[in-house]
Amino acid sequence: MSLASCAVGDPDMELLDALRAGDEAAFATLVRRYHTRMLRLAESFVPTRSVAEEVVQDTWLGVVKGIHRFEGRSTVKTWLFRILVNRAKTTGLREPRNTALDDSDGLDGRFDATGHWNQPPEPWSAVDSKLDANALATRIKECLPQLPDTQRQVLVLRDIEGIDSAEVCELLGISATNQRVLLHRARSHVRGLLELELGRS
Amino acid sequence: MLLRRRRTPLVCQQAVALMTEYLENHLSTRDRTRLEQHLAGCPHCTEYLAQMRATIDAAGHVEPDDLEPEALDDLVDLFRLWKEQ
Repeated sequence: MSLASCAVGDPDMELLDALRAGDEAAFATLVRRYHTRMLRLAESFVPTRSVAEEVVQDTWLGVVKGIHRFEGRSTVKTWLFRILVNRAKTTGLREPRNTALDDSDGLDGRFDATGHWNQPPEPWSAVDSKLDANALATRIKECLPQLPDTQRQVLVLRDIEGIDSAEVCELLGISATNQRVLLHRARSHVRGLLELELGRS
Repeated sequence: MLLRRRRTPLVCQQAVALMTEYLENHLSTRDRTRLEQHLAGCPHCTEYLAQMRATIDAAGHVEPDDLEPEALDDLVDLFRLWKEQ
């Protein structure tokens, strides 16, 4: 387990201690830090933005009411996400969609019958001026809703929030193998969407 | 899965399928070696791997939306109500 995922050195621990003592400013700081991150994750579980907002609000209430149950075995961030995911799952999940994308890696037709590239990736260095992580990040944010929900959840938790794989498996209730498959598909999709953006000729 | 015949070299499609497990450090030494041997001779798959890394790096730069002041006010009100109880 990486250092960042242990409660030791967790930058939010002090805030949580203050919140435990009833400190309103600590609560507001946590909200500023995590509210929209939680909203982003909630949106991948529930049908609408307004339901996501309800789930996140409900999560904050759960946090203040259940703060004595926090034992510091994960980071505060992971603990918040765990409460959120549990609430989102009991709220009513989204209709399954994008089923055609679920099993694909976005590379249909890119290989010949022998498994060699017949349409290889265009080098991104050719569009070097566009290849700026922040610009790509904006594009990734826009294309998140296009991903199948479980892929989106894994990508948000692993690559956007930086939570380690063991914790993501536990949060989502999936096996390590399933998580790697979902992560692979999600990253492959996003790479493919960025490729379109970066102007494959 | 794809790799029962371990002595045959990888083709591109197999190499691409292994890349997340490679980046996750989850390949056996043998499969890692086979993938690295393939990458050494295949500029397209090397480019693909670089793009996967760039994608992961860019995802790490995705910022959360700004918090609307009203949302914060509502939550702080809720917090006060809870404390009064």
